[in-house]
Amino acid sequence: MRILIKNGRVVDPSQELDDTRDILIADGKIARVEPAIVDSEARVVQAVGQIVAPGFIDLHTHLREPGREDKETIASGCEDAAAGGFTSICCMPNTNPVNDSRSVTEFILARARQGGIVNVFPIGAVTKGSAGDHLAEIGDMHEGGCVAISDDGKPVKNALIMRRALEYASMFSMPVIDHCEDSNLADGGVMHEGYYSTLLGLRGIPAMAEETMVQRDIIIAAATGGHVHIAHISTAGSVAAVRDGKKRGVRVTCEVTPHHFSLTDKEVVSYETAMKMNPPLRGESDVQAIHAAIKDGTIDCIATDHAPHTYDDKNVEFDYAPFGIVGLETAVSLALDRLVNTGLISVLRLVALFSTHPARILGLKNKGTLRIGADADITFLNPQKKIAIDAERFRSKSRNSPFHGWKLKGSPAGVIVGGKIIWHD
Amino acid sequence: MATSAETIRRINTDAPVLTFFQGPNILPHVKIKARIMDKKKMERAIARIGQEILERNKSAEDLVLIGIRSRGVPLAERIAAAIEEAESVKVPRGSLDITMYRDDIHAGSSHPQVHKTDIPFPINEKDVILIDDVLFTGRTIRAALDSLIDFGRPRTIQLAVLIDRGHRELPIRADYVGKILPTSRKEIVHVHLHETDGHDEVLIAEGES
Amino acid sequence: MQLKSRHLLGIEHLDKAEIELILDTAASFKEVSTREIKKVPTLRGKTVVTLFYEVSTRTRTSFELAAKRLSADTVSISTSTSSVQKGETLVDTVRNLEAMKPDYFVVRHSCSGAALMISRISQASIVNAGDGSHEHPTQALLDAFTMRERKGDISKLRVAIIGDIRHSRVVRSNILLLRKLGADVHIAGPATLLPPGMDRLGVTVTSDIGVAIRNADVVMMLRIQQERMDKSFFPSLREFAMYYGLTRERMRLAKSDAIIMHPGPINRGVEIDHELADCDRSVILDQTENGVAVRMAVLYLLAGGNPAGEAS
Repeated sequence: MRILIKNGRVVDPSQELDDTRDILIADGKIARVEPAIVDSEARVVQAVGQIVAPGFIDLHTHLREPGREDKETIASGCEDAAAGGFTSICCMPNTNPVNDSRSVTEFILARARQGGIVNVFPIGAVTKGSAGDHLAEIGDMHEGGCVAISDDGKPVKNALIMRRALEYASMFSMPVIDHCEDSNLADGGVMHEGYYSTLLGLRGIPAMAEETMVQRDIIIAAATGGHVHIAHISTAGSVAAVRDGKKRGVRVTCEVTPHHFSLTDKEVVSYETAMKMNPPLRGESDVQAIHAAIKDGTIDCIATDHAPHTYDDKNVEFDYAPFGIVGLETAVSLALDRLVNTGLISVLRLVALFSTHPARILGLKNKGTLRIGADADITFLNPQKKIAIDAERFRSKSRNSPFHGWKLKGSPAGVIVGGKIIWHD
Repeated sequence: MATSAETIRRINTDAPVLTFFQGPNILPHVKIKARIMDKKKMERAIARIGQEILERNKSAEDLVLIGIRSRGVPLAERIAAAIEEAESVKVPRGSLDITMYRDDIHAGSSHPQVHKTDIPFPINEKDVILIDDVLFTGRTIRAALDSLIDFGRPRTIQLAVLIDRGHRELPIRADYVGKILPTSRKEIVHVHLHETDGHDEVLIAEGES
Repeated sequence: MQLKSRHLLGIEHLDKAEIELILDTAASFKEVSTREIKKVPTLRGKTVVTLFYEVSTRTRTSFELAAKRLSADTVSISTSTSSVQKGETLVDTVRNLEAMKPDYFVVRHSCSGAALMISRISQASIVNAGDGSHEHPTQALLDAFTMRERKGDISKLRVAIIGDIRHSRVVRSNILLLRKLGADVHIAGPATLLPPGMDRLGVTVTSDIGVAIRNADVVMMLRIQQERMDKSFFPSLREFAMYYGLTRERMRLAKSDAIIMHPGPINRGVEIDHELADCDRSVILDQTENGVAVRMAVLYLLAGGNPAGEAS
C-alpha cells in the first residue's frame, strides 16, 4: 500500500526544507521526498495549497483513562488529537491510578492499540502516586514504553527528589517534565496575581511561584547534567531563566500552551471557569515575553495541556472549579492565526515547535522528520482556511474551552498516522 | 423657537391657533386646547376653598393640611396661608409622597422616583385636609388615604382639589373643589404653579403620541 | 430614571447617576423607619429569598427588615460552605429555589463571582450581599449615604480607608463608588495586605496610617480577621493594632470634624480604640441604621430595573 502526496508545500525543519515536493509513503514509512514523483499504483492525495509537515506531537495531554472516562478516554482523546492535526500525543500520568508502574503504562498502550487512531506515548510518574516522596520505577516504565517522567498537575516539590529524578532519568535518556509551581507561594490561588486578581477579589498565583521553581530546576539540571523540561511556561521571569540556562549550556527545554500566548488574565473578568487553568492566564507583559521567547527560540515547543473536564465539574463557583481546558482541536489554528499570520514566526518554525522539537526532546528518532525511512506520520495544514471554533463539535468528551466562538485563519487539513490516512480535507 | 411662556401667550391672544407647546412638566408635542384658569381665577378658587374649609369645620384648632407631592404641597401652603389670614391660627402642614403606596408598581415598569414624606406632627384626632391639584381616577387619593392611615387615626380626612376632571375609577369624591372641569379621557389637564413651574395657570391639552 | 440592570452585582456596573438615584431614593425611604407603623405596601406580594453561604447577622437582618418594611415576604436560607461542597451545587440550589418563583435573591457567598454566576441562571433580581473578596455594593452605598448625610458633597471629601485591603470586599466596592463620585481616596495597610494594582483604581496607597489619615474628612477602618494572622500576613493582632489601630492621637491628624466609620463587626481595641468607637465622631450606628434605608431603595429600584438589562 503506497500513498503519494502531490503538490504540497513540504515543510520539514529537520532538513531545513520548505518547498513544493511530492512525498511517497510505502509500508508506513517515508519512501521518497522529491519534486514530481510518478507512481501509478499509489493512492494519490492532492495537497495543492496545503502545508505538508511531519506529524505533530503533543507533549502534554491529559487523557483521563483510567479513572475519569466520563471526561476523556484514550480513544476519544486520540480522535480529538487527530481532528486537531496531531499524529502523536504524550499522556500525563495523573490518572487514577497514577501511571507510576509498568502495568499502568502497558494498560495505556494496550488501550491505545485497541482504539487509538494516533500514537500514544505515556509519560510515567516521577514519584509513587505522584506523591512526591519516593521515586517510581522509572526504568521499568521506560522499558514498558514511557518516554518521559513527570508528576504533572503537581510540582516535584522536594528539591532532593528532583535531583535524584534528573540523575536517574538521565540513565534512560528521558527528560523530567516539571510543573513548576511553589505551592506555598501559590497559596491556593485561582488566577494570576495582578491588577485583575485584585479587582475581582480572586486569590492570586504570583509569577514568582513558577519562577522560583524554574530557577531551582535549572540549577539542579546544571549540576546533575540531567534534562529538565519545563511544562507550560507562562511568565516573563521563567522564559528569562530558561533563556539564560540555555545560554550556559544547561539541558533545559520548555513548552508553551496556546492559551498562554493567546489570552491574558483580563479574560477572567467574566468569572468564566473556562478561563481557569494552572498555570493561570498571565498579564500582558508576560504574554509579550512569551511571544518574544517563541520568536527567539527560547521556547522549544507548543503543547496543549489538554485537560478535559465535564460540564458539571466546571459549572460551579470559580474558586471550586477544577483547573484546565481542552486544547487539542484549537492549538494548531491558534498557532497559525496568532503566531504565523501575525508574522511572529515562519511556518518552518511552527512545524519545529509542533513536531521536530517535541520529537527531539523525547528522543523519538523516527518522528518529527520527513527523512527517508522515518515513520509516515504527516500533518496537513490549510493556512488559508477560515474557521469558527465550535466547542459543541469537539471530538473530545469535554467542552471546556475558552475559545468557543473564536474565528481564526488557518487550520489542520488532515493527518496520516503510520502510513494510514486518518482524514484529509 | 418661542419660549413656552410666549407660546402660551400667543395661543391666548391669537386663539384658536393650535401650537406645539414645549415647556417644562409637559409631554413634548402636546396641543394646548384652552386655558382654563389664570392667576386671578386660581387665587379666587384657593381663597374660596380656604373659606369652605373653615365653614365646614367648626374650629380651625384641629385642622392639619397635607399636600400630595408634588403640586399638592404648594397648594396646601397657599390654602393654609388663606386660613391663617382669616382665623389667625397656625395651621400645621405636611407633605405626602404616595409612590410607596401606588398600585401600579411591577417589574418592567419604569419606577417613579420616591420623594420624602414629611408629616412632622401627630394626626390622631385631627381634621386632615388632603390636598391635590387634579382629581382624576381617584387612585392617587386611594394611595394617600392608605398612607395617612399608617400615620395615625384622624377624626376626619377631607379632600380638597383645584380641579375635578371626572372619570373616577374608585368611589372617591372631593369635599372642596376649585373648578369642575368636564374632560375627555384623552385630554390632559396641566396645573402650573408659581412655586413649581414659575407661573400660575391651568391648561387643557390634547394627548398626542 | 431607572437602573439599567435588574441586578445589583457590584458598584462596578453602576454609573454615577444610578448611584445618586439609589442614594436619593434611600433618603426618602429612611423616613419609613421613623414611623410608628414601619411598613409601606410598595413590594406587597413580592418574595425575597436571602441565600447566605456565609455567616452574617447584620447584613442579613438589614436586608430582611428592608424587605419586610416594603411588605415583601422573606425566606431565609443559610448553608455553610462546607456542606455545599459536599452536596448540592450552587447552580442546583438556585434552580430549585427558582422553581418556587421568588422575585429577588439576596446572595452572600464566600466565592468571588458567585452572585454574577447566579444572575446568569435566574429570572429573579440578584442582589449581591457580599461575594468573597470581590464586592459588597450595598455596604458601599450605605457608607456613601452616611458620608453624604454627615459631610455633604462626596466629591469634595478626602477619605482614608485603613486595614486589610487585600481581603476586603467592602474596600473594593467603596473605592469604586467613591471614585465614581469623585472623592479623594487614600488607602493604608501593611504591605502584606496591599494587593497589586490598587493604584490603577485611582487611589493613593501607603503603608503609613498617618499619611493616609492626614486631613481626611472620613476615616474608614476595616475589619481584620484572626485567620489572616495565622497565615502570616502580620505577626500578631497586638502588632497590627500598634501600626494600624485608630487611636485618638492618630485621629488628630484628620480634619477636626472628621468622622469614623467601620463596616462592623468591630474588634474593639484592635482596629479602633475602645473610646473612639463610641465617641460622637463615630458614625458606626448611623451606618447600620442607613443600611435598612439603602436596601429598601435597592429592592424598590431593582423591581423597576430594566428587565432586559444585564450586567455587562
